[in-house]
Amino acid sequence: MSMDKPMNPYRPIRIGAAQIRLLERLCNACAVSGDEGEVRKIVLDEIRPVVDEVKVDALGNVLAVRRSSGQIPRLGVMLDAHMDEVGFMITHDESDGIFRFDTVGGIDIRQLAGKPVWIGRDHIPGVIGAKPFHLTEVKEMESPISLETLRIDVGPGSTKVKTGDRAAFATSFLRVGPSLRAKALDDRLGVAILIELLKNPPPSVDLLAAFSVQEEIGARGARVAAFAFDPDLAVAVDSTPANDLPSWDDSENVAYNTHLGAGPALYVADAGTLSDPRLIRHFMQTAEALEIPYQLRQPGSGGTDAGAIHRQRAGIPSLSISVPGRYPHTAASITRVEDWQNTLSLLYAGLDRLTPAVLAEER
Amino acid sequence: MTIDLQTFLKKMISASGLSGHEAPIRELIQQTWSPLVDEVKVGGLGSLHALRRGTAPEPRPSLVLAAHMDAIGMLVTGIQNEFLRFTKVGGLDPRILPGQIVTVHGRQDLPGMIVQPSKGLLPASERENTVSMAHLFIDTGLLPREVARKVRVGDLVSFAQPPIETAGETLVGHSLDNRASVAAVTHFLEELQNRPHAWDVWAVASSQEEETLGGAITSAFQLQPSLAIVIDVTFGSSPGSPGHKTFPLGKGPTLGWGPNIHPYLFKAFKELAERLEIPFNVEVMPHRSGTDAMGIQVAREGIPCMVIGIPLRYMHTPVEMVKLKDITRAGRLIAEFVAGLPVDFMEKMSWDE
Repeated sequence: MSMDKPMNPYRPIRIGAAQIRLLERLCNACAVSGDEGEVRKIVLDEIRPVVDEVKVDALGNVLAVRRSSGQIPRLGVMLDAHMDEVGFMITHDESDGIFRFDTVGGIDIRQLAGKPVWIGRDHIPGVIGAKPFHLTEVKEMESPISLETLRIDVGPGSTKVKTGDRAAFATSFLRVGPSLRAKALDDRLGVAILIELLKNPPPSVDLLAAFSVQEEIGARGARVAAFAFDPDLAVAVDSTPANDLPSWDDSENVAYNTHLGAGPALYVADAGTLSDPRLIRHFMQTAEALEIPYQLRQPGSGGTDAGAIHRQRAGIPSLSISVPGRYPHTAASITRVEDWQNTLSLLYAGLDRLTPAVLAEER
Repeated sequence: MTIDLQTFLKKMISASGLSGHEAPIRELIQQTWSPLVDEVKVGGLGSLHALRRGTAPEPRPSLVLAAHMDAIGMLVTGIQNEFLRFTKVGGLDPRILPGQIVTVHGRQDLPGMIVQPSKGLLPASERENTVSMAHLFIDTGLLPREVARKVRVGDLVSFAQPPIETAGETLVGHSLDNRASVAAVTHFLEELQNRPHAWDVWAVASSQEEETLGGAITSAFQLQPSLAIVIDVTFGSSPGSPGHKTFPLGKGPTLGWGPNIHPYLFKAFKELAERLEIPFNVEVMPHRSGTDAMGIQVAREGIPCMVIGIPLRYMHTPVEMVKLKDITRAGRLIAEFVAGLPVDFMEKMSWDE
């Protein structure tokens, strides 16, 4: 343990073995945008016993309310985490177990060759193959293998795989040292955090939890969820890239976005949202008061559900708070348990300290 | 005793054994082969030599049946913060590497993943193109001080993709090149249990094929066989691969034809397969077979070789695919050949002139 960490860190809800087991189930489930059923079922099973109201809306969002018995007037806070993940859809059956496919969500095609996938509700195994090294010209290796030439292969036998089925990266969850390695940590980390907050709610606000769909293809779920909830403010809880690797020429890495191990990442601005400064200030002050590590995500491209939420109705004060994770939208991401814990702690404390006074002054 | 080939093959592709470091896979093969043979030894460069004695009076002729057991993989070349730089062992297309799970054989085995840095951290020429191996890393998820304690330059890295059973009785995994052929040799040894054979048979699990052919070259010298059969995987028909250089899964092994192969042996195998109605395809190898036969053929004063191939999709990726039926057919064909081999075969062997 390093010397500068507080002896008794603020941990209103602890990430323990049960929380990690739940995250494992969430990550190993497949929920490619538009087909979130497998994660939705886990979410509903977890939250039904603890919420006051829950419904599945027209797009498949899970909308849950947990009211506080705290002082009135109190704020209604929308918490959003998306259930969907990037993946694939089978687009054509070439017979004999070979299928064409397309990507769903932002995937670098350089991450595809040589990967196993799970197809459909039954997780039928398949692979994205690649031409043998021996039959490939050196020059050819300089260009990425195009999506046009890649196929999913389930083996030359009969299966239930058909055109229209979704497929996801088939990487099983693993805990290793201080880290977790899994597919879809973007945004099952957020989903897991929302579940914990619903189970152990900060007493001073009403929680309006949206487990949203189709974030990866345009934040469609969050948009309608925000309309339905009409909240006083919203926080999108997501996973954001930590590009904290060395630069190829060892020059200073000035495009890290976030660092692993440096705590929850608060968004000032991304391609879709200029975060509400009152909320940024509130959560920064909360973190500092309680000595919870946090970092500011580098302003720049990318986006979260906050982009859809904050422009809903007459405008909803919004902020994104993300757990940093390396290698999102690939076969597996790596994240630190400590960052997940600190994100949960900061959210709990920040929500609990929220009063109408925070939004009383104009933006 | 019968061996469940699929179970054994899954065990083999879960064992490490990079070229030059074959001990873990060799021990597993040795355990399985020992009850099936009379004698087991390890060669000078790490190949496994397993002898089944023939029934003919001494001095008996002997043959080698060789399948290489070594696997492609990687070696750690540098450590930067908690990230490992690496190079390859055997032939690897860098385009299949990002996102692969691996095992780093440090002071203890550590799970890791090959990762591609984000665009801003790459040279401009690689932001949209293939990222060269030199710019990829392995991330173990551990902190720098722990990595420094557990990993050193030169440590081995194996692929860690677990075996997957796919449709049509196919199996997917890394190192099926060439553990699928080791499984075929295992099936061969089982088939021979109740079949007398005149010749001595050395089943050889050779080392270092993927880099230098070192195992096969030295085993051939040491064992001094009269002839050799080499079994290795060949290119299975698959998307993106040229049809004329590939062979369908499930349509039997291939019989190699070309300058690495003695034409008399080729003819003997072809006629045998036809007589037994074992399906096969002829694989033409115009100059080099890309197998241990290249080393064995020119050992000592020269050794007549035959090359048998098992079609395999996506060679040298962690998702290679084989069909079990092709493995058992290859094993059975070779067993039938050996069981029928007359003691004076070498005298009969001729050039068709």
